[in-house]
Amino acid sequence: MSSARDIAKDAESAARLIAYGLRPKQLPARDASYAELVRRYSEDREFTQLTQSVAAGLGLMVLDVSHQAGAVLAATDESAFEIKMDSYARQSKIRERRDTEKVMHGIIHLAVAALAFPRPDDLGNDTYVGRVTVDQVDAVVREACRILDERAARAEANDDPPSDAPELEQAWRAYARRPETATTKDGRLAPDTTRGMISRALRFLSEQGFLVHVNADDGGTYRTTPRYQVQVRELAADAAFTELLDLDVVAISGEDGSLRAGSTGTL
Amino acid sequence: MIDRGLDGGLARRLKALACTAPLHDLDARKAKLDWADATAYQMAEIALHTIDQVTVAMDFDTGASHEVIVRRLLPFIAAQAPHRDKAEHEKVARWVLDNLLNVGTVDRGFRSIYGTVGPDGAYERRAFDFKLLVELSAPNGEIYLRATDEAINVLVGALDTDVESAQIAAEVKLENLIKRGRLADAKLAAEQARYRTVQYGETLRTILDATRRDVRSVDWEHAVPELLDSALEHIESRFQAENAILRNITKARDEAEDPGRKRSAAELVEIVTDCITRHTQLQARLQAAGAYFRAEQDRQQFAGPPRKGGVDVFGQLLVPTLGLAVGEAKAPVESYFRAASGPSTPGVATLPSLVSMLLRPAPERSTLVGELPDPELAPAEDADRFSTEHWRRADELLDLAEVPRRLSGLLEAARETDADLARLVALRVLHAYSPEVGAAVRTGETTALIAVDDGTSLDDPEFGGTDLLVATAMVSAELAEIDTASDPAPDAAPDNPDIPDIPDTAEEVA
Repeated sequence: MSSARDIAKDAESAARLIAYGLRPKQLPARDASYAELVRRYSEDREFTQLTQSVAAGLGLMVLDVSHQAGAVLAATDESAFEIKMDSYARQSKIRERRDTEKVMHGIIHLAVAALAFPRPDDLGNDTYVGRVTVDQVDAVVREACRILDERAARAEANDDPPSDAPELEQAWRAYARRPETATTKDGRLAPDTTRGMISRALRFLSEQGFLVHVNADDGGTYRTTPRYQVQVRELAADAAFTELLDLDVVAISGEDGSLRAGSTGTL
Repeated sequence: MIDRGLDGGLARRLKALACTAPLHDLDARKAKLDWADATAYQMAEIALHTIDQVTVAMDFDTGASHEVIVRRLLPFIAAQAPHRDKAEHEKVARWVLDNLLNVGTVDRGFRSIYGTVGPDGAYERRAFDFKLLVELSAPNGEIYLRATDEAINVLVGALDTDVESAQIAAEVKLENLIKRGRLADAKLAAEQARYRTVQYGETLRTILDATRRDVRSVDWEHAVPELLDSALEHIESRFQAENAILRNITKARDEAEDPGRKRSAAELVEIVTDCITRHTQLQARLQAAGAYFRAEQDRQQFAGPPRKGGVDVFGQLLVPTLGLAVGEAKAPVESYFRAASGPSTPGVATLPSLVSMLLRPAPERSTLVGELPDPELAPAEDADRFSTEHWRRADELLDLAEVPRRLSGLLEAARETDADLARLVALRVLHAYSPEVGAAVRTGETTALIAVDDGTSLDDPEFGGTDLLVATAMVSAELAEIDTASDPAPDAAPDNPDIPDIPDTAEEVA
């Protein structure tokens, strides 16, 4: 039986592991005590249990603890650590419809993940490192928009959005309508353009420790970290997938993934 | 049920019409510009010329920058108003360019609402979004302009035409026109042919771009080889045709006597030469396309057998989400974002930092902005014609308790004090000819001044018209309503603005 002192010490260790996880740029490979905690997490089942309980009490979920990624945590609903879309998209101008703005940001984040992990097994392969650039993200979404546009044209139904119900406008139209870039007086990237929004998303993700800035080519080039892979694979993809399943719009995809338009417009 | 005439055909024409609206709008708004008297400029012409310049500057990879376009527009604008200075011409060019881009809106585009008949036969309004010019970023980070399909359609006035057939038609027309010696028309046809060439190049550019992104997004098995073959054949025949045309018009140019004719022939030579250059460019691209495809295929071939299954983010998440309506797409993207953004570490305010923040001395502002200059205040000009004293005396004179008085008597009494007072009294009596009963009721007054015309004419050295009878009337809310209901005269209506419909009463004749 472990004494009360031992229990307190273990709790402290578990909490410290979580504290490491909250600093996304700290990695076990660079910190011996972090590495030790990671090792203990994978070997000591009681410690695993304890860490998960402490995390749950804080409003966090332990997605994975590994030597490459460190402790990958996610906030549970309504927890103090949660980043809501509202606060991320708040900087947008009020006059544009808020929902459109949120959907645009969300689509960009999805596209970043889609480009970082083009095939399903890239998500599963722990050694895979994806590369993302601002140019590519915009091109990928616009290409998808173009294919959806062609598909709509083939269907020959008039699906221009009704003028009095902007929420019925399809998301791809809202994206295609938004300019890619725009001149500004001071020569900086205009934040309302798609490239401006993508740059912001990539910067945000690198602050969260999910991407690493490589160079400024193609509007900014980033590579993925193991942490991002875990986050998308273990939680985010499923969360969005479940929502889409509820809306009954899920496509079946082969093992090669579908980041390509296939033959004639079938995605 | 509405006539099915409101179907696709009408919608297409409405959309075509909408594309020209931004050009007309420029001319409608030019009079309101405050930085110049812009009515001297034909804005729609400048706008068309702008689209023209942008289109001509488009090649396979990039286009012209803002500065280049502004510079190219200057001679055209200067020709419209040669006496204005260059800075103004430049401002006009920038204004037109900004408006064609629709700078200031989030989307930098235009939206037009049009009606159509829905599947249930009901009329419904839909929005048509379009752009004329777009800004794109070049690989070196600079921004350049391209004209959209809509803009090219506005320019050449041909909608939804198949690029290839339109090209043949234009070339045939061109040859005929030259044979018949109609050079002005031939120039137009040659220009149209050039736009077609540009459009053709655009098609190829999109295909190659898509190939660079992903080889599999383009059908290189059937569709593209067919397109390349037909394009090469097409260029071959165009080369022959254009060289023949070039010989013809060069001859026409050299033999022409009339200077105007000589000039248009020379212009035509230039355009056709440009067409030939563009065809050469297109041909070079077409020939390189196959090698491009093979290189991209090698580059993009992904290695490695599949390991574990996961979610296909692009096909299963991104594309279905893009296909959803904005309202529906909100839930999936929000839950994705929440799950994919990781935990945030809330900033904590610690007591020491709070204390030091509070104890920090306030920055001395004077060192930052310098001395505030004392504004020199000029006294405001007295805007009131009549002084408070005038108003007070007029109130006294017009305070008619029981007995009505004639205007002439009031004027006489007022003139004893001041000629200005007489004017004020005359104006107030004139105003009372159409009393604002409604306003009086709303402001809670109990009496209102009323002037009545009984036909007596006014005999006065300064004013003419009717010698009105002036009296004070009691006002009550119920009566006012009855008044308005029974009195059909428009000037008695309570909400009528105070512009009374007066006969020639009390006009100032002095």
